[in-house]
Amino acid sequence: MTVTAPGEAPVTEAPQAGATRLVDRVFKMRELAILAVLLVMIAVTQAGNSEFLSEQGIKDLLLNATILVLVATGQALVVITRNVDLSVGSTLGISAFAAGTYLQAGGNPVAGAALAVLLGIGFGLLNGLLVSLGQVPALVVTLGTLYIIRGVDSIWVGSRQITAADLPGGFVDFGSGGISAVPYLALIALAVLVATAYYLRHYAGGRELYALGSNPEAARLAGIPVRKRILAAYTFCGALAGLAGALYLARFGNVDSGTGSGYELTVVSAVVVGGVVFTGGSGSVYGAALGALLLTSINSVLPALGVSSVWVLAINGVLLVLAIAVDRIVALRVASALKKRNARHA
Amino acid sequence: MTHPSDTGPAPVLALKGISKSFGAVRALRDVSLELYPGEVHALAGENGAGKSTLIKTLAGVHRPDAGQVLLDGAPVVFHGPGDARDAGIAVIYQEPTLFPDLSIAENIFMGRRPRRTLRRIDHRATRDATAALMKRLGVELDPDRPARGLSIADQQIVEIAKALSFDARVLIMDEPTAALTNSEVARLFGVVRALRDQGAAVLFISHRLEEIFEICRRVTTLRDGAWIASEPLDGMTEDDLVRRMVGRDLAELYPKQDVTPGGIALSVRRLTREGVFTDVSFDVRRGEIVGLAGLVGAGRTEVARAVFGIDRWDAGEVEVDGRKLTNGAPSTAMAAGLALVPEDRRAQGLVMDMSIERNIGLTGLGATVKAGLMDRGAERSRSLDWAVKLRVKYARIADTVNTLSGGNQQKVVLAKWLATRPKVLIVDEPTRGIDVGTKAEVHRLLSQLAADGVAVLMISSDLPEVLGMADRVLVMHEGRLTAEIPRTDATEETVMAAATGRAA
Repeated sequence: MTVTAPGEAPVTEAPQAGATRLVDRVFKMRELAILAVLLVMIAVTQAGNSEFLSEQGIKDLLLNATILVLVATGQALVVITRNVDLSVGSTLGISAFAAGTYLQAGGNPVAGAALAVLLGIGFGLLNGLLVSLGQVPALVVTLGTLYIIRGVDSIWVGSRQITAADLPGGFVDFGSGGISAVPYLALIALAVLVATAYYLRHYAGGRELYALGSNPEAARLAGIPVRKRILAAYTFCGALAGLAGALYLARFGNVDSGTGSGYELTVVSAVVVGGVVFTGGSGSVYGAALGALLLTSINSVLPALGVSSVWVLAINGVLLVLAIAVDRIVALRVASALKKRNARHA
Repeated sequence: MTHPSDTGPAPVLALKGISKSFGAVRALRDVSLELYPGEVHALAGENGAGKSTLIKTLAGVHRPDAGQVLLDGAPVVFHGPGDARDAGIAVIYQEPTLFPDLSIAENIFMGRRPRRTLRRIDHRATRDATAALMKRLGVELDPDRPARGLSIADQQIVEIAKALSFDARVLIMDEPTAALTNSEVARLFGVVRALRDQGAAVLFISHRLEEIFEICRRVTTLRDGAWIASEPLDGMTEDDLVRRMVGRDLAELYPKQDVTPGGIALSVRRLTREGVFTDVSFDVRRGEIVGLAGLVGAGRTEVARAVFGIDRWDAGEVEVDGRKLTNGAPSTAMAAGLALVPEDRRAQGLVMDMSIERNIGLTGLGATVKAGLMDRGAERSRSLDWAVKLRVKYARIADTVNTLSGGNQQKVVLAKWLATRPKVLIVDEPTRGIDVGTKAEVHRLLSQLAADGVAVLMISSDLPEVLGMADRVLVMHEGRLTAEIPRTDATEETVMAAATGRAA
């Protein structure tokens, strides 16, 4: 049998490059689509209520989104590795209260925020260790830690409550202050978001998170330190939940044992609406942040349009289902586009 | 060519007295192997002989319980796949190990990316290096496209590019040709030969013996985890090799019995599914084995799926024993006496985590119900009966099927469908990835079924199998039936001509 030496694969370049661009476009479009929905929604609201985009209005929109953006950024990292962290709401609540107690006793605000972050890192490590070493599904493990952390929080806090009056004035002012329409808190969230996105794109550790979410077995065979990476993702997610707790305290000044309860579902919704695929390996933190912005904006848009806020939950649900449907359709489209290319290739 | 095994260069990689157990199962016992630069070395053995364990030991996935791995004559211990890779060992697994969401370039350089300042990834260098590798391999794959949707052949090219990218000195290929068309195999072999000529050592595993003889110089045979022989292939025949692997003389590989066909059992008329296959008509008679040949992607599996009712058809009709089948209804197809043994047994044929007993029982849920409840006793005896008939090798019938070797899994799928006592049996790639011994048993079984009056439609990419077993060969090319060749006229040339659309 004669063998065709390498060098005679009769393929033309043009259709491939074209299809790649198409595929590229589709993936980039995912984030653009959310942005478009967001902008249309805001434009329509502004048209119906010219007060909506006042300086204070914009500030409120951004402030409302800030905390969710932070937590969603951390969650996105975990979801990209094909895991999930349901304990973020509990972590946020307990870190906020811990920072509040410290500040109440006259502590330094920066040290208070650091305390919240450290607490978050601790819980993140716990989750990461349980998931990566225990080989137990993340959904179950973090559902467990959700209740454990919330339980500890309830025992510790009891019926106590921290209010803005208990906190240093500068801390509360920082929480509501900003540079014209842009709150300081939003700047913090933005800095974290941009840094995270840059890491994911330009560092091996970041790309390896995508790799192990995309095909865990292949990741192991490629010599990627799978457990270490998963541990890192959870730790980062916990740290951001802790930081979000400190920002929550600064923003609302009001924390009790129920703070952050049920928040994990909002976070997961934001991440999925933002196009981070729940089965891992795909999506971006920018998408997750846009998802968070979209979900929180709906909260402001409905009252501004005179719609009862009872609709918020239902609309969030519709968005979630819509996002998943869109992802599915896009995935099928992309798959068939790639298949067609193979046919041409063969 | 020199014979490195005599006096020439030292082996680049060697195993000495390797043993490895998983619980009570002794997967490898005292196995030795030497790989020399510039040779393609075959690893032969039936399923379950320990080939996969041996590869994973070389790849650093498993650590041996006893024995040594020698790299350039010095003992090494691989603590993980990364260590083996750093030692210059590349493994191309049977199941692709790519990241579907990442680009081809990222797949190739995962774990070893070019860096620029501040330890950041150099995306441009990654991309350029990938483009250079693709050029070297003579394939046109865009470095930026995601790996999702690549054909198996292209996925293997990506894996080979990965091996090239770190100048692998040892390339291990675990059944790389199982899912390739002939031209793809030729392209792969071209690449393998080029690598060999550049001094790489290649360990090659295939169930297709003719491929071993075509590309390999020496062969190491394993049987039941034990080393049997390492020897040059020169002067050996396929029968010699099979005898080493099986440990006994193999009854004829294609035990086709002569049968006088009866009435028409399956009749397919002008079946069309838009964009997939067009105007397909054929009959299968009782007692007949009809082979359905063609290149991968010609639409053979799709026709089978439509006939069975998994996919809907757009036009045409299907009759089993004169009864028209409803479009898109597998339950009526089953009721009419049709059975389909699918191509991918792990994903479509079996529930991997369920017992042998219950897997076989799945098709008989209706038959083994008493007063609305499952009669577990009846299910068990029915399953046992078929497992024994098909000589499935298992410890207990309650074991899950994922504990079985590939060949035995295939027998369980067959048992599951034969238990429905079908009039028409469609088998899709019935012997892909299973060893010669089991292959012969599956052939004997198909032949026996036909002799008992079952109409068999056999889809297969294994040409010798089609030629050896089929009374008639139907050939598909790009969604159309292009030839019907009686047994007497069927040769590799006539079938391949029709399959590639060159037929007169």
